[in-house]
Parts: sequence; C-alpha cells; structure tokens
Amino acid sequence: MSSETDQTPQQFLIQVTNRQQSYQCIEGESLLKGMELENAHCIEVGCRGGGCGMCKIRILEGRFNSKRMSKAHISDTELAEGFALACRVYPCGDMQIESDHFEIKSAAEK
Amino acid sequence: MKKGVMRPGHIQIRVLDMDEALGHYRDLLGLIEVHKDSEGRVYLKGWTEVDKFSVVLREADEPGMDFVGYKVLNNEVLDQLHKELIEFGCKVEEIPAGELDGCGRRIRFDSPTGHMFEIYAEKEQTGKWGVSKVNPEAFPMDLKGMKATRFDHCLLYGPNIAGTIDLFCNVLGFDLAEQVVDDEGTRLAGFLTASMKAHDVAFIEHPEPGKFHHSSYILETWEDVLRAADLISITDTSLDIGPTRHGLTHGKTIYFFDPSGNRTEVFCGGDYHYPDHEPVTWLAKDLGKAIFYHDRQLNERFLSALT
Repeated sequence: MSSETDQTPQQFLIQVTNRQQSYQCIEGESLLKGMELENAHCIEVGCRGGGCGMCKIRILEGRFNSKRMSKAHISDTELAEGFALACRVYPCGDMQIESDHFEIKSAAEK
Repeated sequence: MKKGVMRPGHIQIRVLDMDEALGHYRDLLGLIEVHKDSEGRVYLKGWTEVDKFSVVLREADEPGMDFVGYKVLNNEVLDQLHKELIEFGCKVEEIPAGELDGCGRRIRFDSPTGHMFEIYAEKEQTGKWGVSKVNPEAFPMDLKGMKATRFDHCLLYGPNIAGTIDLFCNVLGFDLAEQVVDDEGTRLAGFLTASMKAHDVAFIEHPEPGKFHHSSYILETWEDVLRAADLISITDTSLDIGPTRHGLTHGKTIYFFDPSGNRTEVFCGGDYHYPDHEPVTWLAKDLGKAIFYHDRQLNERFLSALT
C-alpha cells in the first residue's frame, strides 16, 4: 500500500486569482496540460508549445521550472517580472498565477 | 496572368529546439531529412519533391516563419520579376547562390502584410526520394509517420492583405482562386494560386504583421488524414482541430502544432482552379462553415494562435 502511495505523482494546488478558480496540477505536467487534464477552464489554450502566447500568465507565487518560450511573447524584461507561458511552466509546488495576459499586437504597437 | 512563377519551393521555419522539431517534421510528418548546413539549419523535403529540399528549420528564440520561396521558370523570369518587384515598391535584396546549400541566387522581398518572400530559378535536383527515375515504384518502402508527400502551401496573417494580394497577382502572376468577403465587400481572406491548385498561398486579414498560421503538407487520401489523426494521438501531439473538411477549397484536413507552437496541416483533396475561373466566394457571416465545414463554428484558437 505504502509503495503504491509513494508512486502516485504529487499534486500541486494552482490558484488562478483573476478567475477566482483553482485546480490540481500533477507533478511533471505543465501548468496548461495539468489544467486540461482536470478539465478546468481558467487559462486560454493555444499551441501548447511556447509559440503563440495565448496562455500568457503572470506568476505571483510559487516555485517552478520552465522550458524555452517565444521572446515575441515573453521578453527578458517580462520574464523578470514574472510573465510566462503556462504551457512551458512546470510547477514544483503550489502556485498562484494570473491568467488572460495575451494581447494581439497591431502594426503600430509592434 | 501567368508570369513564370511555378510553385512554392521552400519555407524556412523557426523552432525553439531542433531535436524536438525533427521529431515532428521528420518522424511524425514523415519528411525526409536531407541536409544540415554550417549554420545548423536542417533541410527536409516530402518524398515526391524533385528538388533537394523544401522545408528549412532554424533554431531561434521566437518561433514563426522567416520566408517562403517560390521557384520560377528560369533566370530571365527571375531578372524580369526582380525589376517589377522594385517598381512595385518592395524592399528587394539579392541573396547569393549557396546561402542555402544547393539553392541558386534568390530575390528576397518584403510585402504589405509584413511577410518576407523569395523567388529563385535554380535548385539542385536530386529527384524523388527513394524511387528511381525510370520505372518508379508507387512509393518508397521506408517512409515514416504520416508519409507527407510534399510541402503544399502556407497560410499567413497580417494587415493589408489587399496590398499583398495585389503584389502576388499583378507582379507575380498568381490568380485569386477563393476569397472571404464581408457585408461591405471588404476581402478578409484571399487564397491565391500559381497553378491548378486551390491555393499555393493564402492570406487572412489580421492586425499584427508578419504572422504565420500554418505550413501545409499534402497526403493522398482521407484514410491517410484519419491515420494522421491516429498518429497525433499516439505521439500525444498538440491537436488544433480535425479531422474535418474546409468549406474554403473543400480540402479534407487536420491541424496540429509542432513542439514550438508552429501550426502544421496535413490534408487531401480540394478544389481546382483554371485561369478563366471566377474566384469562389464565401461570406464572412458564414465564416464558421467556410473554415470548418462540419462543425460550422470557429474556435478562437484557429484565429489567434499564430507564431
């Protein structure tokens, strides 16, 4: 029994403050995939590959690892400010995040 | 009016991780890896393509498309179109032969939608992969994944598609094969062809310039598209939508994403176009059906997820 319990992946509580929603993210999954597996709907789902920016979030609290993401959506400055793409963020514990930071830029803003 | 542009010849796509990208384009799509150059770019092609390569992958910080190249009949056409591109007002740059290994001199130009394009006349012809030139068999035995047969077209998003469509039709000799128009008659999408295909390139009006919606690869049958769907699940690849049919072009299709978020399409079938055909028109109010003929409903992701 105890060995089975040990093998069960850990779950982390992800609070999405702007949506007043939360979900459990399985250890080893990205924030976005974890949300999709729970059938939660609190982060927009785009390409799931760090390219399109639709799942742009701001991380308010929590430890995580991340994979490379498009600089078109997360500049070095934004990265330092806690912005990230949820599909490239792998939580190491409970997290607090803010979703819905994706914006389509017009020619003038680019 | 045809002006000597033959076909889409190559596309250079930016990826975040080359090894992951090869898992997608080579192992899942089934393109043939043919070369790696001194800059680390990897060259691939569909097995039926006669030229050396059609897809070039470049590792970068920002996924998307660097440029699409079209092959023209010969160097006289290349020189003539070079002049006309300058007269049209494009910013034009001549890229020397060999900048892409195996490719001749290229004329690169910008466009009103913010995309970079190229034309070229010469590329090393290595023939169809895995079959002989004489008495060719139906297909090579050792193809991988979806067994994509060729790079077919791409769809690009940007502002002022009217300007880019003007450039493609009046300078490069493409025809408008299909379009989407709104109540005021404004064109929101244009599907252009330099051949009998329903599209060799397509544009959709969008505020941000230079955006890449997808690169597309042709399969032979609907069964192949369904098998592609199975492979997408087997490999846990990020699915966009499908298998389904488009209203526009009537192609049977499935969309999915590479590991850097660039969208890929594999499809089969679809309409044909001759130069005397009127453009096929879809109304913006029926855009759901125009894009996804079965669901008749757009998903936000198809409009907004771009690289």
